[in-house]
Amino acid sequence: MATVELTFSALPAHVRTARLVATAIARRTGVAEAILDEVRLAVGEACSRAVEAHRLHCPGEPVRIELRDDAGRFEVTVTDAAPSEDVTPQVLEANGSLMPEIDNLGIAVIAGLADDVEVLPGPKGMRIRMSWPASPNGVAAL
Amino acid sequence: MDLKLDHHSEDNLTIVDVEGEIDVYTAPRLRELLIDLVNKGNFHLLVNMEKVDFLDSTGLGVLVGGLKRVRAHDGSLELVCTQERILKIFRITGLTKVFGIYASVEEAKEAHGRDK
Repeated sequence: MATVELTFSALPAHVRTARLVATAIARRTGVAEAILDEVRLAVGEACSRAVEAHRLHCPGEPVRIELRDDAGRFEVTVTDAAPSEDVTPQVLEANGSLMPEIDNLGIAVIAGLADDVEVLPGPKGMRIRMSWPASPNGVAAL
Repeated sequence: MDLKLDHHSEDNLTIVDVEGEIDVYTAPRLRELLIDLVNKGNFHLLVNMEKVDFLDSTGLGVLVGGLKRVRAHDGSLELVCTQERILKIFRITGLTKVFGIYASVEEAKEAHGRDK
């Protein structure tokens, strides 16, 4: 098991950096090229949500992201320190009308993208864990 | 890549050309442009996303916000997009049923002309 950990200040500009790091490590871990866009988007969504939550509740606290190569899976965990309540992924109604709230759209997108997702809200912060299949031998298998 | 924004008007339609990444960092600039256009009386917007490399839910929120604003003036906000990776996020969220999505600016202009 190899793990990369990254903490960054809760600034929108750093979300792109987190996306780039996650994509690079996913590629090295052996995630298929066809899935890399999904990894990039899902990690970006989780980090964006965390940054917005920190800016509201604890702007001085860093956001934490762990990227793990675990037995043929590439696992990403994004952890924030902002209090959160239960989150239900929402999808916009398909009847042409707009739902008034799209706050959880990011979670809905993650749920639609990641192969395996776990969202753990709590009073001390939210943890979003997601994973995708990867080559057991990482980039060497390519 | 940063976000590049440009716009021009053709007849009753304002075409907004977007290039680069629309995310939590850059989306506010697109939001400001859409609000500015609506405030100046441009109620029929066509957002050309053919050169967009990345779009997340923050960007979707900005587009939905723009749509709500133009609809308040009986206007329209439609999109040009053929990139599968961008279309995928619209499908996941059900927004393909909310936005008119066209394969080219010309196709959108033809449809807009028919609807006028």
